[in-house]
Amino acid sequence: MRTFWLCLAVITTAYLLFWLLLLGATAAYSPPEVWLQTVMKPEIRYATALSLLTCTAAAAIALLFAVPIGYFMARCQFRGKTLLDAALDIPIVLPPMVVGICLLIFFQTSIGRSIEQVISFTYTIAGVVLAQFVVAAAFAIRTMRGTFDHLSARPEEVALTLGATRFQSFWHVALPTARRGMLAAFCIAWARSLGEFGPILVFAGATRMRTEVLPTTVWLELSVGNLDSAVTVSLAMILIAVIVLVAVRATGEKV
Amino acid sequence: MPQEKKFNLTVPVISLKNISWKAPGAGFSLHDVSLTIPDNTYAVLMGSTGCGKTSLLEILCGLRQPSQGQIFLDDRDVTLLEPRERRIGYVPQDLALFPGRRVKAQLSFALQMRGLSDETLIQQLAEDLRITHILERLPEQLSGGEKQRVALARALAAQPRVLLLDEPLSALDESTREDAMTLLRTLQSKHALTVLHVTHSSSEANALGQLRLRLDHGQIVSA
Repeated sequence: MRTFWLCLAVITTAYLLFWLLLLGATAAYSPPEVWLQTVMKPEIRYATALSLLTCTAAAAIALLFAVPIGYFMARCQFRGKTLLDAALDIPIVLPPMVVGICLLIFFQTSIGRSIEQVISFTYTIAGVVLAQFVVAAAFAIRTMRGTFDHLSARPEEVALTLGATRFQSFWHVALPTARRGMLAAFCIAWARSLGEFGPILVFAGATRMRTEVLPTTVWLELSVGNLDSAVTVSLAMILIAVIVLVAVRATGEKV
Repeated sequence: MPQEKKFNLTVPVISLKNISWKAPGAGFSLHDVSLTIPDNTYAVLMGSTGCGKTSLLEILCGLRQPSQGQIFLDDRDVTLLEPRERRIGYVPQDLALFPGRRVKAQLSFALQMRGLSDETLIQQLAEDLRITHILERLPEQLSGGEKQRVALARALAAQPRVLLLDEPLSALDESTREDAMTLLRTLQSKHALTVLHVTHSSSEANALGQLRLRLDHGQIVSA
Protein backbone atom coordinates (compact mmCIF):
# COMPACT_ATOMS: atom_id res chain seq x y z
CA MET A 1 0.00 0.00 0.00
CA ARG A 2 2.74 2.46 1.06
CA THR A 3 4.80 1.62 -2.03
CA PHE A 4 1.82 2.41 -4.24
CA TRP A 5 1.34 5.91 -2.75
CA LEU A 6 5.10 6.46 -2.83
CA CYS A 7 5.16 5.72 -6.57
CA LEU A 8 2.35 8.21 -7.18
CA ALA A 9 4.14 10.85 -5.09
CA VAL A 10 7.34 10.31 -7.12
CA ILE A 11 5.45 10.76 -10.41
CA THR A 12 3.83 13.98 -9.09
CA THR A 13 7.17 15.33 -7.87
CA ALA A 14 8.89 14.48 -11.16
CA TYR A 15 6.20 16.32 -13.10
CA LEU A 16 6.39 19.41 -10.90
CA LEU A 17 10.19 19.32 -10.97
CA PHE A 18 10.12 19.25 -14.76
CA TRP A 19 7.99 22.41 -14.77
CA LEU A 20 10.17 24.13 -12.17
CA LEU A 21 13.27 23.33 -14.25
CA LEU A 22 11.60 24.80 -17.33
CA LEU A 23 10.68 28.01 -15.50
CA GLY A 24 14.04 28.18 -13.73
CA ALA A 25 15.95 27.81 -16.99
CA THR A 26 13.85 30.54 -18.61
CA ALA A 27 14.29 32.88 -15.64
CA ALA A 28 18.09 32.29 -15.57
CA TYR A 29 18.56 32.80 -19.31
CA SER A 30 19.13 36.57 -19.23
CA PRO A 31 20.36 38.91 -16.49
CA PRO A 32 17.92 41.37 -14.82
CA GLU A 33 19.49 44.34 -16.67
CA VAL A 34 18.32 42.84 -19.96
CA TRP A 35 14.82 42.51 -18.55
CA LEU A 36 14.86 46.21 -17.70
CA GLN A 37 16.14 47.18 -21.15
CA THR A 38 13.44 45.06 -22.78
CA VAL A 39 10.54 46.45 -20.80
CA MET A 40 11.68 50.00 -21.56
CA LYS A 41 11.36 49.45 -25.31
CA PRO A 42 8.40 51.48 -26.66
CA GLU A 43 7.03 48.56 -28.73
CA ILE A 44 7.12 46.23 -25.69
CA ARG A 45 5.40 48.85 -23.54
CA TYR A 46 2.79 49.35 -26.25
CA ALA A 47 2.20 45.57 -26.54
CA THR A 48 1.90 45.27 -22.74
CA ALA A 49 -0.60 48.13 -22.50
CA LEU A 50 -2.60 46.78 -25.45
CA SER A 51 -2.61 43.28 -23.95
CA LEU A 52 -3.88 44.54 -20.59
CA LEU A 53 -6.55 46.65 -22.29
CA THR A 54 -7.80 44.06 -24.80
CA CYS A 55 -7.74 41.20 -22.27
CA THR A 56 -9.86 43.24 -19.85
CA ALA A 57 -12.33 44.18 -22.60
CA ALA A 58 -12.53 40.59 -23.93
CA ALA A 59 -12.98 39.13 -20.43
CA ALA A 60 -15.69 41.67 -19.56
CA ILE A 61 -17.62 40.94 -22.78
CA ALA A 62 -17.11 37.19 -22.24
CA LEU A 63 -18.64 37.51 -18.76
CA LEU A 64 -21.66 39.35 -20.18
CA PHE A 65 -22.37 36.29 -22.33
CA ALA A 66 -21.18 33.64 -19.85
CA VAL A 67 -23.50 34.61 -16.98
CA PRO A 68 -26.83 34.26 -18.83
CA ILE A 69 -25.68 31.26 -20.89
CA GLY A 70 -24.24 29.51 -17.81
CA TYR A 71 -27.47 30.15 -15.87
CA PHE A 72 -29.62 28.94 -18.76
CA MET A 73 -27.60 25.73 -19.12
CA ALA A 74 -27.58 25.04 -15.39
CA ARG A 75 -31.24 25.72 -14.65
CA CYS A 76 -33.20 24.94 -17.81
CA GLN A 77 -34.03 21.38 -18.90
CA PHE A 78 -34.86 20.95 -22.57
CA ARG A 79 -34.49 18.53 -25.44
CA GLY A 80 -31.12 18.77 -27.20
CA LYS A 81 -29.36 20.20 -24.14
CA THR A 82 -26.47 17.73 -24.44
CA LEU A 83 -25.94 18.78 -28.03
CA LEU A 84 -25.97 22.48 -27.13
CA ASP A 85 -23.60 21.81 -24.24
CA ALA A 86 -21.13 20.16 -26.64
CA ALA A 87 -21.54 23.01 -29.16
CA LEU A 88 -20.63 25.59 -26.49
CA ASP A 89 -17.31 23.79 -26.00
CA ILE A 90 -16.37 23.93 -29.70
CA PRO A 91 -14.09 27.00 -29.34
CA ILE A 92 -12.14 25.11 -26.65
CA VAL A 93 -11.33 22.16 -28.89
CA LEU A 94 -10.88 24.01 -32.20
CA PRO A 95 -7.26 24.58 -33.26
CA PRO A 96 -6.53 28.29 -32.58
CA MET A 97 -5.50 29.00 -36.19
CA VAL A 98 -8.85 27.62 -37.37
CA VAL A 99 -10.68 30.08 -35.12
CA GLY A 100 -8.69 32.89 -36.75
CA ILE A 101 -9.48 31.65 -40.26
CA CYS A 102 -13.20 31.31 -39.39
CA LEU A 103 -13.22 34.94 -38.20
CA LEU A 104 -11.36 36.13 -41.28
CA ILE A 105 -13.74 34.30 -43.65
CA PHE A 106 -16.85 35.43 -41.76
CA PHE A 107 -15.91 39.09 -42.20
CA GLN A 108 -15.63 38.51 -45.96
CA THR A 109 -19.31 37.46 -46.13
CA SER A 110 -22.11 39.97 -46.72
CA ILE A 111 -23.14 39.91 -43.03
CA GLY A 112 -19.52 40.37 -41.95
CA ARG A 113 -18.99 43.26 -44.39
CA SER A 114 -22.17 44.95 -43.09
CA ILE A 115 -20.83 44.69 -39.53
CA GLU A 116 -17.47 46.08 -40.64
CA GLN A 117 -19.21 49.17 -42.00
CA VAL A 118 -20.16 49.96 -38.38
CA ILE A 119 -17.04 48.67 -36.56
CA SER A 120 -13.93 47.56 -38.41
CA PHE A 121 -12.57 44.28 -36.99
CA THR A 122 -10.13 42.83 -39.53
CA TYR A 123 -6.54 43.84 -38.68
CA THR A 124 -7.67 46.29 -35.97
CA ILE A 125 -7.58 46.47 -32.16
CA ALA A 126 -11.32 45.59 -32.13
CA GLY A 127 -10.30 42.46 -34.03
CA VAL A 128 -7.78 41.59 -31.31
CA VAL A 129 -10.57 41.85 -28.70
CA LEU A 130 -12.93 39.75 -30.84
CA ALA A 131 -10.31 37.04 -31.42
CA GLN A 132 -9.59 36.90 -27.68
CA PHE A 133 -13.30 36.92 -26.82
CA VAL A 134 -14.22 34.00 -29.10
CA VAL A 135 -12.08 31.52 -27.18
CA ALA A 136 -12.17 33.16 -23.72
CA ALA A 137 -16.00 33.20 -23.69
CA ALA A 138 -16.13 29.40 -23.98
CA PHE A 139 -13.99 29.06 -20.84
CA ALA A 140 -16.02 31.71 -19.00
CA ILE A 141 -19.28 29.93 -19.94
CA ARG A 142 -17.94 26.63 -18.68
CA THR A 143 -16.92 28.26 -15.37
CA MET A 144 -20.27 30.02 -14.90
CA ARG A 145 -22.20 26.88 -15.73
CA GLY A 146 -20.18 24.99 -13.08
CA THR A 147 -20.84 27.79 -10.59
CA PHE A 148 -24.63 27.74 -11.11
CA ASP A 149 -24.65 23.91 -11.15
CA HIS A 150 -23.14 23.91 -7.67
CA LEU A 151 -25.55 26.52 -6.31
CA SER A 152 -28.90 25.23 -5.08
CA ALA A 153 -31.83 26.48 -7.13
CA ARG A 154 -34.05 26.33 -4.04
CA PRO A 155 -33.48 29.93 -2.81
CA GLU A 156 -34.35 31.19 -6.31
CA GLU A 157 -37.55 29.12 -6.26
CA VAL A 158 -38.50 30.43 -2.82
CA ALA A 159 -37.93 33.96 -4.16
CA LEU A 160 -40.59 33.23 -6.81
CA THR A 161 -43.12 32.36 -4.10
CA LEU A 162 -42.22 35.62 -2.32
CA GLY A 163 -43.36 37.72 -5.27
CA ALA A 164 -40.23 37.81 -7.45
CA THR A 165 -40.33 37.43 -11.22
CA ARG A 166 -37.86 35.02 -12.83
CA PHE A 167 -35.59 37.95 -13.65
CA GLN A 168 -35.80 39.37 -10.10
CA SER A 169 -35.01 35.94 -8.68
CA PHE A 170 -31.97 35.72 -10.97
CA TRP A 171 -30.85 39.29 -10.27
CA HIS A 172 -31.45 39.47 -6.51
CA VAL A 173 -30.72 35.87 -5.45
CA ALA A 174 -28.68 33.92 -8.03
CA LEU A 175 -26.27 36.66 -9.13
CA PRO A 176 -25.13 37.85 -5.68
CA THR A 177 -24.56 34.21 -4.68
CA ALA A 178 -22.53 33.57 -7.83
CA ARG A 179 -20.19 36.56 -7.46
CA ARG A 180 -17.14 34.42 -6.61
CA GLY A 181 -17.79 32.31 -9.70
CA MET A 182 -18.15 35.48 -11.77
CA LEU A 183 -14.79 36.71 -10.52
CA ALA A 184 -13.23 33.33 -11.34
CA ALA A 185 -14.83 33.33 -14.82
CA PHE A 186 -13.49 36.83 -15.46
CA CYS A 187 -9.97 35.84 -14.33
CA ILE A 188 -9.98 32.66 -16.43
CA ALA A 189 -11.26 34.54 -19.49
CA TRP A 190 -8.63 37.22 -18.89
CA ALA A 191 -5.82 34.65 -18.61
CA ARG A 192 -6.98 32.83 -21.77
CA SER A 193 -7.10 36.15 -23.63
CA LEU A 194 -3.57 36.99 -22.51
CA GLY A 195 -2.20 33.76 -23.98
CA GLU A 196 -4.20 33.93 -27.23
CA PHE A 197 -1.96 33.99 -30.27
CA GLY A 198 -3.18 32.02 -33.30
CA PRO A 199 -6.54 33.73 -33.92
CA ILE A 200 -4.99 37.17 -33.30
CA LEU A 201 -2.15 36.51 -35.74
CA VAL A 202 -4.51 35.35 -38.48
CA PHE A 203 -7.40 37.77 -37.92
CA ALA A 204 -5.82 40.94 -36.46
CA GLY A 205 -2.28 40.60 -37.74
CA ALA A 206 1.02 41.31 -35.96
CA THR A 207 1.68 44.93 -36.83
CA ARG A 208 4.11 46.63 -34.46
CA MET A 209 2.66 49.51 -32.44
CA ARG A 210 -0.78 48.66 -33.80
CA THR A 211 -2.17 45.16 -33.18
CA GLU A 212 0.83 43.72 -31.35
CA VAL A 213 0.02 42.02 -28.04
CA LEU A 214 2.43 40.14 -25.74
CA PRO A 215 2.23 36.66 -27.38
CA THR A 216 2.73 38.37 -30.75
CA THR A 217 5.80 40.13 -29.30
CA VAL A 218 7.32 36.79 -28.27
CA TRP A 219 6.81 35.49 -31.80
CA LEU A 220 8.12 38.68 -33.48
CA GLU A 221 11.20 38.83 -31.24
CA LEU A 222 11.93 35.12 -31.82
CA SER A 223 11.56 35.52 -35.58
CA VAL A 224 14.29 38.21 -35.64
CA GLY A 225 16.53 36.17 -33.30
CA ASN A 226 16.12 38.48 -30.31
CA LEU A 227 15.88 35.72 -27.72
CA ASP A 228 16.54 37.99 -24.71
CA SER A 229 13.45 40.09 -25.39
CA ALA A 230 11.32 37.01 -26.12
CA VAL A 231 12.42 35.47 -22.81
CA THR A 232 11.73 38.67 -20.85
CA VAL A 233 8.22 39.00 -22.28
CA SER A 234 7.62 35.30 -21.60
CA LEU A 235 8.68 35.78 -17.97
CA ALA A 236 6.28 38.72 -17.63
CA MET A 237 3.47 36.54 -18.99
CA ILE A 238 4.36 33.72 -16.57
CA LEU A 239 4.22 36.19 -13.67
CA ILE A 240 0.80 37.49 -14.77
CA ALA A 241 -0.48 33.91 -15.21
CA VAL A 242 0.62 32.99 -11.66
CA ILE A 243 -1.12 36.10 -10.26
CA VAL A 244 -4.33 35.15 -12.10
CA LEU A 245 -4.08 31.56 -10.85
CA VAL A 246 -3.74 32.77 -7.25
CA ALA A 247 -6.69 35.16 -7.75
CA VAL A 248 -8.91 32.37 -9.12
CA ARG A 249 -7.93 30.02 -6.30
CA ALA A 250 -8.76 32.78 -3.80
CA THR A 251 -12.33 32.79 -5.13
CA GLY A 252 -12.61 29.10 -4.30
CA GLU A 253 -13.03 28.09 -7.96
CA LYS A 254 -10.67 25.96 -10.06
CA VAL A 255 -9.20 26.77 -13.45
CA MET B 1 -53.74 18.90 21.49
CA PRO B 2 -55.55 21.28 19.13
CA GLN B 3 -59.29 21.44 19.29
CA GLU B 4 -61.01 19.60 16.48
CA LYS B 5 -62.96 22.23 14.59
CA LYS B 6 -66.03 21.97 12.43
CA PHE B 7 -65.09 22.80 8.84
CA ASN B 8 -67.30 24.69 6.50
CA LEU B 9 -66.57 22.57 3.45
CA THR B 10 -68.47 24.90 1.12
CA VAL B 11 -65.69 27.54 1.37
CA PRO B 12 -62.44 25.70 0.75
CA VAL B 13 -59.33 27.79 0.42
CA ILE B 14 -57.29 25.09 -1.32
CA SER B 15 -58.77 22.57 -3.64
CA LEU B 16 -56.84 20.18 -5.84
CA LYS B 17 -58.79 18.35 -8.52
CA ASN B 18 -57.38 15.22 -10.16
CA ILE B 19 -53.76 16.36 -10.02
CA SER B 20 -51.30 14.04 -11.76
CA TRP B 21 -47.58 14.45 -12.06
CA LYS B 22 -44.66 12.23 -12.96
CA ALA B 23 -41.14 12.81 -11.67
CA PRO B 24 -38.46 13.22 -14.35
CA GLY B 25 -36.80 9.82 -14.59
CA ALA B 26 -40.07 8.30 -13.30
CA GLY B 27 -38.91 7.76 -9.69
CA PHE B 28 -42.44 8.32 -8.40
CA SER B 29 -45.66 9.94 -9.49
CA LEU B 30 -48.94 11.42 -8.28
CA HIS B 31 -52.16 9.99 -9.73
CA ASP B 32 -55.45 11.83 -9.70
CA VAL B 33 -54.80 13.56 -6.36
CA SER B 34 -57.86 15.42 -5.12
CA LEU B 35 -57.80 17.34 -1.88
CA THR B 36 -59.75 20.09 -0.13
CA ILE B 37 -58.45 22.12 2.78
CA PRO B 38 -60.95 24.51 4.36
CA ASP B 39 -60.07 28.09 5.21
CA ASN B 40 -58.04 28.79 8.35
CA THR B 41 -57.19 25.13 8.91
CA TYR B 42 -53.95 23.52 10.04
CA ALA B 43 -53.63 20.47 7.80
CA VAL B 44 -50.88 17.92 8.18
CA LEU B 45 -49.74 15.69 5.34
CA MET B 46 -47.87 12.47 6.08
CA GLY B 47 -46.47 9.74 3.88
CA SER B 48 -43.44 7.56 3.36
CA THR B 49 -40.13 8.99 2.11
CA GLY B 50 -40.14 9.72 -1.63
CA CYS B 51 -43.91 9.36 -2.04
CA GLY B 52 -44.28 12.85 -3.58
CA LYS B 53 -45.18 15.10 -0.60
CA THR B 54 -42.64 17.78 -1.50
CA SER B 55 -43.67 17.61 -5.17
CA LEU B 56 -47.29 18.13 -4.15
CA LEU B 57 -46.32 21.27 -2.18
CA GLU B 58 -44.30 22.53 -5.15
CA ILE B 59 -47.25 21.95 -7.48
CA LEU B 60 -49.47 23.88 -5.08
CA CYS B 61 -47.21 26.91 -4.94
CA GLY B 62 -46.55 26.85 -8.69
CA LEU B 63 -42.95 25.66 -8.83
CA ARG B 64 -43.99 22.57 -10.79
CA GLN B 65 -46.72 22.22 -13.37
CA PRO B 66 -49.02 19.19 -13.03
CA SER B 67 -49.42 17.07 -16.14
CA GLN B 68 -53.16 17.01 -15.47
CA GLY B 69 -55.70 18.50 -13.07
CA GLN B 70 -56.55 21.88 -11.58
CA ILE B 71 -55.67 23.87 -8.47
CA PHE B 72 -58.23 26.24 -6.96
CA LEU B 73 -57.62 28.89 -4.35
CA ASP B 74 -60.87 30.39 -3.10
CA ASP B 75 -62.66 28.96 -6.15
CA ARG B 76 -60.18 30.71 -8.46
CA ASP B 77 -58.33 28.43 -10.87
CA VAL B 78 -54.63 29.17 -10.30
CA THR B 79 -53.20 26.16 -12.16
CA LEU B 80 -51.52 28.30 -14.80
CA LEU B 81 -50.61 31.25 -12.58
CA GLU B 82 -47.02 32.13 -11.71
CA PRO B 83 -45.94 31.38 -8.10
CA ARG B 84 -45.86 35.12 -7.29
CA GLU B 85 -49.52 35.49 -8.28
CA ARG B 86 -50.79 32.77 -5.91
CA ARG B 87 -50.17 34.32 -2.46
CA ILE B 88 -48.88 31.00 -1.14
CA GLY B 89 -45.94 31.04 1.26
CA TYR B 90 -43.50 28.16 1.07
CA VAL B 91 -40.90 27.06 3.62
CA PRO B 92 -38.87 24.20 2.10
CA GLN B 93 -37.19 21.52 4.16
CA ASP B 94 -33.73 23.01 3.68
CA LEU B 95 -35.22 26.46 4.48
CA ALA B 96 -33.31 27.95 1.50
CA LEU B 97 -32.33 31.23 3.15
CA PHE B 98 -30.74 33.62 0.67
CA PRO B 99 -26.94 33.31 1.00
CA GLY B 100 -25.13 36.55 1.81
CA ARG B 101 -28.31 38.41 2.86
CA ARG B 102 -28.73 39.56 6.43
CA VAL B 103 -31.82 38.42 8.31
CA LYS B 104 -33.47 41.84 7.97
CA ALA B 105 -32.91 41.77 4.19
CA GLN B 106 -34.41 38.24 4.06
CA LEU B 107 -37.54 39.53 5.80
CA SER B 108 -37.78 42.61 3.56
CA PHE B 109 -37.37 40.59 0.35
CA ALA B 110 -41.07 40.06 -0.41
CA LEU B 111 -41.87 43.74 0.14
CA GLN B 112 -38.82 44.81 -1.88
CA MET B 113 -40.04 42.72 -4.84
CA ARG B 114 -43.28 44.70 -4.82
CA GLY B 115 -41.45 48.01 -4.49
CA LEU B 116 -42.74 48.46 -0.94
CA SER B 117 -41.15 49.09 2.43
CA ASP B 118 -42.86 48.44 5.76
CA GLU B 119 -40.54 48.68 8.76
CA THR B 120 -43.44 48.16 11.18
CA LEU B 121 -44.40 44.82 9.59
CA ILE B 122 -40.80 43.59 9.63
CA GLN B 123 -40.36 44.65 13.25
CA GLN B 124 -43.66 43.03 14.25
CA LEU B 125 -42.74 39.75 12.54
CA ALA B 126 -39.28 39.81 14.12
CA GLU B 127 -40.89 40.26 17.54
CA ASP B 128 -43.49 37.53 16.92
CA LEU B 129 -40.78 35.09 15.89
CA ARG B 130 -38.31 36.28 18.54
CA ILE B 131 -35.58 37.15 16.07
CA THR B 132 -35.11 40.88 16.78
CA HIS B 133 -31.62 40.19 18.21
CA ILE B 134 -30.39 38.50 15.02
CA LEU B 135 -31.66 40.91 12.36
CA GLU B 136 -28.13 41.93 11.33
CA ARG B 137 -26.75 38.38 11.14
CA LEU B 138 -25.97 36.35 8.02
CA PRO B 139 -27.56 32.89 7.52
CA GLU B 140 -24.30 31.09 8.34
CA GLN B 141 -24.24 32.80 11.74
CA LEU B 142 -27.62 31.33 12.76
CA SER B 143 -28.49 28.14 14.65
CA GLY B 144 -30.93 25.59 13.19
CA GLY B 145 -33.85 26.96 15.24
CA GLU B 146 -33.04 30.56 14.31
CA LYS B 147 -32.83 29.68 10.61
CA GLN B 148 -36.22 28.02 10.82
CA ARG B 149 -37.79 31.09 12.47
CA VAL B 150 -36.19 33.40 9.88
CA ALA B 151 -37.55 31.25 7.01
CA LEU B 152 -41.02 31.39 8.58
CA ALA B 153 -40.83 35.16 9.08
CA ARG B 154 -39.65 35.63 5.50
CA ALA B 155 -42.62 33.65 4.18
CA LEU B 156 -45.05 35.54 6.42
CA ALA B 157 -43.67 38.91 5.29
CA ALA B 158 -45.29 38.25 1.90
CA GLN B 159 -48.63 38.13 3.79
CA PRO B 160 -49.78 34.84 2.26
CA ARG B 161 -53.22 33.30 2.82
CA VAL B 162 -51.78 29.81 2.61
CA LEU B 163 -48.54 28.57 4.12
CA LEU B 164 -46.83 25.37 2.97
CA LEU B 165 -44.30 23.88 5.39
CA ASP B 166 -42.07 21.01 4.29
CA GLU B 167 -40.85 19.14 7.37
CA PRO B 168 -40.06 22.41 9.15
CA LEU B 169 -39.23 20.79 12.48
CA SER B 170 -37.15 17.84 11.28
CA ALA B 171 -33.79 19.47 12.05
CA LEU B 172 -34.73 20.58 15.58
CA ASP B 173 -34.04 18.82 18.89
CA GLU B 174 -36.90 17.78 21.22
CA SER B 175 -37.03 20.92 23.40
CA THR B 176 -36.77 23.34 20.45
CA ARG B 177 -39.40 21.32 18.59
CA GLU B 178 -41.99 21.77 21.35
CA ASP B 179 -41.29 25.50 21.32
CA ALA B 180 -41.54 25.61 17.51
CA MET B 181 -44.88 23.75 17.50
CA THR B 182 -46.35 26.30 19.92
CA LEU B 183 -45.03 29.07 17.70
CA LEU B 184 -46.59 27.52 14.56
CA ARG B 185 -49.98 27.21 16.26
CA THR B 186 -49.82 30.83 17.43
CA LEU B 187 -48.80 32.12 14.01
CA GLN B 188 -51.54 30.19 12.22
CA SER B 189 -54.14 31.60 14.53
CA LYS B 190 -52.78 35.18 14.56
CA HIS B 191 -52.37 35.45 10.77
CA ALA B 192 -55.56 33.47 9.99
CA LEU B 193 -53.54 31.13 7.83
CA THR B 194 -54.42 27.93 6.09
CA VAL B 195 -51.40 25.71 6.64
CA LEU B 196 -50.36 22.52 4.91
CA HIS B 197 -47.55 20.98 6.96
CA VAL B 198 -45.63 17.95 5.69
CA THR B 199 -44.16 15.70 8.36
CA HIS B 200 -43.02 12.16 9.09
CA SER B 201 -43.75 12.50 12.79
CA SER B 202 -47.08 11.15 14.12
CA SER B 203 -46.67 13.16 17.34
CA GLU B 204 -46.22 16.35 15.32
CA ALA B 205 -49.28 15.48 13.24
CA ASN B 206 -51.37 14.76 16.35
CA ALA B 207 -50.24 17.91 18.10
CA LEU B 208 -50.78 20.30 15.19
CA GLY B 209 -53.14 18.76 12.68
CA GLN B 210 -56.77 19.82 12.62
CA LEU B 211 -56.97 17.90 9.37
CA ARG B 212 -54.68 14.90 8.97
CA LEU B 213 -53.95 13.51 5.53
CA ARG B 214 -51.71 10.78 4.16
CA LEU B 215 -50.17 10.46 0.71
CA ASP B 216 -50.10 6.79 -0.15
CA HIS B 217 -49.06 5.34 -3.52
CA GLY B 218 -49.57 8.72 -5.19
CA GLN B 219 -53.06 9.27 -3.73
CA ILE B 220 -54.45 11.18 -0.74
CA VAL B 221 -56.16 9.19 2.00
CA SER B 222 -57.36 10.31 5.44
CA ALA B 223 -54.81 9.64 8.18
